[in-house]
Amino acid sequence: MLAVRDLAVRFGGVTALESVSFDVRPRSITSVIGPNGAGKTTAFNAITGYLRPTGGRITYDGVALTGLRPSAIARRGIVRTFQKTSVFPGLSVEDNVLTGLHLRGTAGVLAVLAGRRRLVAEERALSAEAATIIDFVGLDHRRREAASALPYGEQRLVELAVALAASPRVLLLDEPGAGMTGSEKTVVSGLIRRVREQGVTVLLVEHDMRMVMGISDTVIVLNGGRVIAEGAPAAIQAHPDVIRAYLGASADSS
Amino acid sequence: MTRTGGWLLVAGALALPLWLPSPYHLHVAIMAGIFGVLAMSLNLLLGYTGQLSLGHAAFFGIGAYTSALLTLKLDWSFWPALAAAVAVAGAAGFVIGRLALKLRGAYFVLVTISFAGVISLVSVNWIELTNGPLGLPGVPAPELGPWSLRTKTAYYYLVLAAVGLSYLVCRRLVRSRIGRALVALRENEPLAESVGVDVTHYLVLAAVVSAAMAGLGGSLYAHYTRFVSPEVFLFTYTVTMVIMVVAGGKGTLAGPLVGAVLFTALPEALRAAASWQWQMLAYGVLLVLLVFFLPRGIVPRLGVALRRPEPVTPTARR
Amino acid sequence: MAELLQHLLNGLVLGGTYALLGIGLTLIFGLMNVVNFAHGEFYALGAYVSFAALALAGSDFFVALLVAIVAGAALGWLCEVALLRPLRNESIDTTMLVMIGVGIAMQNAELLGWGGVAKSIPHPFPTAPLVLGPVAIAPLRLFVLVLAAGLIAAAWLLIQKTKLGRAMRATFQDRDTAALMGVSIGRIHAATFAFGSGLAAAAGALLGPIFLVYPSMGDLASLKAFSVVILGGLGNLPGATLGGLLLGIAEELGAGYISSGYRDAIGFVIIILVLLFRPSGLFARQERIA
Repeated sequence: MLAVRDLAVRFGGVTALESVSFDVRPRSITSVIGPNGAGKTTAFNAITGYLRPTGGRITYDGVALTGLRPSAIARRGIVRTFQKTSVFPGLSVEDNVLTGLHLRGTAGVLAVLAGRRRLVAEERALSAEAATIIDFVGLDHRRREAASALPYGEQRLVELAVALAASPRVLLLDEPGAGMTGSEKTVVSGLIRRVREQGVTVLLVEHDMRMVMGISDTVIVLNGGRVIAEGAPAAIQAHPDVIRAYLGASADSS
Repeated sequence: MTRTGGWLLVAGALALPLWLPSPYHLHVAIMAGIFGVLAMSLNLLLGYTGQLSLGHAAFFGIGAYTSALLTLKLDWSFWPALAAAVAVAGAAGFVIGRLALKLRGAYFVLVTISFAGVISLVSVNWIELTNGPLGLPGVPAPELGPWSLRTKTAYYYLVLAAVGLSYLVCRRLVRSRIGRALVALRENEPLAESVGVDVTHYLVLAAVVSAAMAGLGGSLYAHYTRFVSPEVFLFTYTVTMVIMVVAGGKGTLAGPLVGAVLFTALPEALRAAASWQWQMLAYGVLLVLLVFFLPRGIVPRLGVALRRPEPVTPTARR
Repeated sequence: MAELLQHLLNGLVLGGTYALLGIGLTLIFGLMNVVNFAHGEFYALGAYVSFAALALAGSDFFVALLVAIVAGAALGWLCEVALLRPLRNESIDTTMLVMIGVGIAMQNAELLGWGGVAKSIPHPFPTAPLVLGPVAIAPLRLFVLVLAAGLIAAAWLLIQKTKLGRAMRATFQDRDTAALMGVSIGRIHAATFAFGSGLAAAAGALLGPIFLVYPSMGDLASLKAFSVVILGGLGNLPGATLGGLLLGIAEELGAGYISSGYRDAIGFVIIILVLLFRPSGLFARQERIA
């Protein structure tokens, strides 16, 4: 279980996060919502090691994550996507996902230089695994194409595939639906559910209320760097503080 | 490049001394080979990992001096001296690699140049060790058992073996999980970290292998020219290596070799027609033109021309 | 003590010109984000142009200095418009390579045009040093120090008080807003590069008569300029000024008390140490050019 306790992030005179505490139950889909500037991506950055928090503790299954580098956190099974589209632009979709499978490989320098035969088998296995993942997100027809050449919606699917390749136990998705059409969002929502079915805990930041309310088990609301509400979607929708924070925004804003 | 094509090239390279008209041509081939090793080493850092090192002559020079000093002053034989040169240069690469951890882009470039500058000044001023600007003459030629490898033909095969070994190392690294990690660092470092690529580990690895390979080139150079002076640290050498990699095609395996052959043969061919100042001037202009018109270098352009127009993974424009 | 003061004074003279080099580069590197490895070549250009004006055309010192500045600024403007503008959206590595190419071309053009033999620039000052208390200074060096101070002051004034300076500051703080307010971004970039290059040429014209003029003088000058910029913090004008003075003094003290052979290493060591321990520069608390 991912546990965040009293997380605080301050830069200079600005307090981005203050006393943020929440738990993410295993195998759940938890969404973090809030107005712009509420600190959602900052929280993600702190949890995944891209930001050093000013205070607080983040643990996963009792093991402290605070202070670890992002690659070390990924090794512990916590993988994230980014708010701005983030792929390996010059590489093909296949190579993108193969890179995502980095932690599954075992080839070290000496083995590689010696040209060990077992590496050939390992590469073959990784290729097969990559094909499965690409198929899962529905990009099989784009396997050989350069990631940067794909349309926006498909690039975000590549992002998701790369993150899945890293064998996450907890998957943090930063605005997976941003900039997508309605049908693309439906596809993504379906993928998120299927990912959860495979035993992955999902934590997502999202602005599209319909998407959020449709797939989440728990919703956490941030405003001004603090948690102002936490609960089931229906309860959150009716919560007076939440409504006030959004200044009366309705449930189908996107 | 097809497999048959590759084997033909190897056969041609092995048979080269038989049909070259004069020792001078063999000399050019040897220099092309040494620079091939150097260019491949720079390509690992610049082309694959995406870090421009403008101090690469430092590793070349460290390798040359190490090898020369060990054979001259401590009477080591060539082969252990060669190994030591590779190791010491690699260690220097380790230092640069660890330094680079916090620095990217222009700052990394500046640190590499500064490092090369300091080493260069040490080689000029630490006269007890390096004999200063006068250099170290009389570096012995290598021996393989009872045979001396003093002749050009013998040295050619030595250099060819080094080129082959370096190529093999690069190829195995690049076409593996390690190569993917290096390219990932170049393409999108934060994303690479998010899937578990340990930046420290791979940057240092690239720097060490790159520097060690340059040290190999340095040792070969020292025992061929039989003379080492602070001139090995000249910026000219680094620039030449950069042009070879950029013009040949950074981030490709064949690019640096093509660049090395081109920019060793070309200056020699033009030697009669124009002084080296004109050539360096041309290099400067060429670098500018390359950036505008052939940013990915010759090999990728040739590759596109020879293949059917199917979607080829392009090198990213970042 | 007198020896120390003497070194400090010499260091000030050197440092004043390093400050000019640094101010120019801090604008170009710090604000335009162009890694200008050719900056030192503009320095060399200034020295050669000054040599041509003084030794060949027989003009006086001020005219030579002016011609050098104009030559540097004009070539700088040309570089920006022809080479850097089309590459503005490329990565920093690309512009770096282009400027390396320009630098190599410039240096070898000078080699071809003037030959490799160092030239000495004639100057109208008496060689007997002026004695001021415990220290002595050659009239030439005093003149150079005064001129350098004057040029630095002029640069500061231009950035802080003129319309062009305001436009430059605005562009580099927020390009889009500046454009919306009617500032021509292209013109500002060209003007900044020209300004920086002109200052570098001025530094060359000033230092040329003190030291010799030779084609490879640009290499070290480039690196020392970067050293000053890193010391002072990118885009930080007062930082570059202070940094230049510090480097000049450090070099003189180092050459005097440690070893003259390693004098040039001081700039390198500064780069390495500062980047490792205080990457934002020694004076980073100041804001960029605002």
